[in-house]
Formats: sequence, structure tokens, C-alpha cells
Amino acid sequence: MGARVVTVTSGKGGVGKTTTTANISVALSRLNQRVVMLDADIGLRNLDVVTGLENRIVYDIVDVVEGRCNLRQALIKHKQFPSLYLIPAAQTRDKTAISPADMLDIVAKLKPEFDFVIIDSPAGIERGFRNAIAPADEVLIVTNPEVSAVRDADRIIGLLEAENKQPGKLVINRLKPDMVKKGEMLSADDITDILALDIIGIVPEDEFVIPASNSGVPVTLNEDSKAGLAFQNIARRLLGENVPLMDLEQQPGFFRRLVKLFNG
Amino acid sequence: MTNFFDRMFGKNNKPGTGATAKARLEFVLVHDRINLPPERMAAMKAEILEVIAKYVSYDHEMVDISLEQRDRSSALVADIPFQKAKDVLASDEDYDSDLKSWEESKIQQAEAEFDDATGKAQDITEPSFIDDDELNPEAEGDDED
Ligand SMILES: Nc1ncnc2c1ncn2[C@@H]1O[C@H](COP(=O)(O)OP(=O)(O)OP(=O)(O)O)[C@@H](O)[C@H]1O
Ligand SMILES: [Mg+2]
Repeated sequence: MGARVVTVTSGKGGVGKTTTTANISVALSRLNQRVVMLDADIGLRNLDVVTGLENRIVYDIVDVVEGRCNLRQALIKHKQFPSLYLIPAAQTRDKTAISPADMLDIVAKLKPEFDFVIIDSPAGIERGFRNAIAPADEVLIVTNPEVSAVRDADRIIGLLEAENKQPGKLVINRLKPDMVKKGEMLSADDITDILALDIIGIVPEDEFVIPASNSGVPVTLNEDSKAGLAFQNIARRLLGENVPLMDLEQQPGFFRRLVKLFNG
Repeated sequence: MTNFFDRMFGKNNKPGTGATAKARLEFVLVHDRINLPPERMAAMKAEILEVIAKYVSYDHEMVDISLEQRDRSSALVADIPFQKAKDVLASDEDYDSDLKSWEESKIQQAEAEFDDATGKAQDITEPSFIDDDELNPEAEGDDED
């Protein structure tokens, strides 16, 4: 009954949780889902800028918890995507300003109004992580094809097991197919072998991601972006569609390389 | 020309750092998952072998005690071949007395160790019992292959 609650987490910082949250939320809303993004990274608010909502904020999640406003007042509606909302994190407080029980409370109130509640988790395994996973029905674990990021993902998987959560699904972000081909990067298969977890998406390293976050327009809106397409595919898989993993090998890059080779 | 094809098709004879990353991750996660760091693992192996040596003679060269991953859970798998049966069955008097003195020396050794250890398990991990191989992550990684 009510919304599916999906938490995006990682253990290691900077692997792409916020980017993933923003993009799958936008993609889901474009697939006619009613989506609310909940920024649980209190003290390091980012989801607002990545989605271009930073100057619309009046109240935040801590204001709700501490009774300075009601939940409705903290909900920011995205103008471009009318079925997309954000509850921002507080910027000047820390993770202890809210508890897992507060999160359960807020999410319980959001559930009847939405199809998806997508929670952006902070890095780490402490209070902020506990807050973010407390209400989760499903967890997406973002990792990069690097030893430290995969190791931290494994730790998260262990903690989710201990909490009796459903096993999460993996988002492998910033994969460079060229490097995998040369044997200089962990492949998606290597990572699933090691973590024994299903992949919900592989997002390539993509030069469109930074300009997208520069302008607050999520990259999934850019039709030329492979990362953008990968995020759309994740959204469709969340909705139960059977979308095959993209062929990242077959890239415009192959021809570009050919041309470069002959032009010296 | 080789370079040309290497660049075009990513052909590479020696495994790249991707394979190294995988082997290192496997090693580190085995220990992370059961919360037993490599040094403690080596100590545990040494202790297990000591106990076994009290009862039977085994082939030191062939011992293989390692952690195996089955999906996300770990199991300790020990392969400790005993000394060939014909050694034990060769029952001439020389052999019997050899065996007797060997047993005595083992008992003495075990008693000495017990004294050294003053009964505390973690103190039994004298460096001399730890095979260098077993402390070497690469040797561990190679076993997997
Ligand atoms: N597929 C990608 N290609 C290129 N750059 C990317 C990609 N994914 C993320 N980035 C960049 O990586 C950086 C970190 O991303 P992001 O903020 O989403 O990570 P995070 O996991 O939310 O970080 P934190 O742990 O600090 O919250 C950002 O600068 C983002 O633009
Ligand atoms: Mg973030």
C-alpha cells in the first residue's frame, strides 16, 4: 500500500548517490510516477542544487521534525515535472538532528500521497545512514569500479543483512568501458561476482554529468548522454520493465578513436 | 603494428590491474566479512596445525587451510593430508622406536608451548609457527586460481 520507499546509499562518499537519486527520480516522474525525493544528508545538502531547486527552499526536514512547519510546507514541487517533489535536508545542522523514528514517521505520512519515496543517503555507516535506511523497502547500493568503493559496498550489504532488509541492488557508476576492455578496471561481472548481488544498472563515466549538475538540470534529460540513458533504464527496471543492460562497448568512441588514429 | 592492434582491440597478454583489483578485493573481503584480520587468521591456522600434530603426523608441504566464499558467507576449508600410510605400517623395531621418540618429543614440545603460552590462546602465536607464505596475501590470492 502506498509508495515504494527506495534508499540510495553507498558507504563510500562521492560515488554518485545524489546524482543517482536525482536522475532516477526525474526519470520516474517522466514515466508518470508521483515521486518525492528526501535528502537525508543533513549538513551537506546537495540534492536541491543537483535538481535546480535551491532557491525554492523555505523549510527543511529538520523544521518538520522540530515542528516549525508541517510536512506539506516543506514539500517543494518541481515546476518542470509536476509529479516530482523534494524535501530538502537542513544545511546548518547535523545528522543527529533527526532519528530513524523521525524518518519512519515522515515517510509513513508521505506514502499514501506518492508512488515512490526516494531517499538520498549520506556517506558512511553511522547515524545518517541508519536514518536513511530505516524506512527503506528497497535499497540501491551505488559503487564505482574501484577497490575501496566495492569494499565499502560490501560493508553496506553486510549491515543491511544484519538489519534484515531485502538484499539491495547494485548501481555501478562511472564505469569506463575502454579501461575494462584493456583489463585496467574491474568489470561489472567482477563486481557482481564479488558482491553476489544483482545489478540494476551500469552508468558509464560521462562528460555530460558535470555540466548537468552545473546547471541543475539532471543528465537524464540529455538525450545524447549515455549516463542519462542508463539512469532512465534504471527507472524503467524499478517499474518492473525488462530492459537489457546497455552495450557500453559500442560507443561513438570507437569511431572517434579510428579517426584519431588515422589523423595522428 | 602490434601496438596498433593492441590499441584498437584492447588485446593484452598480461592481465591488467583490473585482475589485481579483483584478487585484492577478494582477499580483503574474506577477512572483512568474518572480522578476522590476516595476522589473526595465520595465528589460528598455526594453532589448528599444532593440535593436529599432537595426534597425527601430516604432510607439512601439502597443508592447505583457507577461507572459501560461498555467495556471501565464508567457510574454513582445511586440506591436511596425513603422512603416507606405508610409513606408519612399516613396523620394524627401528620404526617403532623412532615413532616412540618422535611422540615423546612432540609431547615435550607441546608441554613447553603450553608453559610458554601460560594457557592463553592468543599467546601461542609465536612468529616461528607462522609460515611466511601464510602471511603473504599474494600467495593467498594465487591459491584461488
Ligand atoms: N557517471 C558519472 N560520470 C561523471 N561524473 C560523475 C558521474 N556520477 C557522478 N559524477 C560526479 O561525481 C561527483 C560525486 O557525485 P555525487 O555528489 O552524486 O556523489 P555522492 O555519492 O552523492 O557524494 P556524497 O557521498 O558526498 O554525498 C559529482 O561531481 C558528480 O558530478
Ligand atoms: Mg550526496
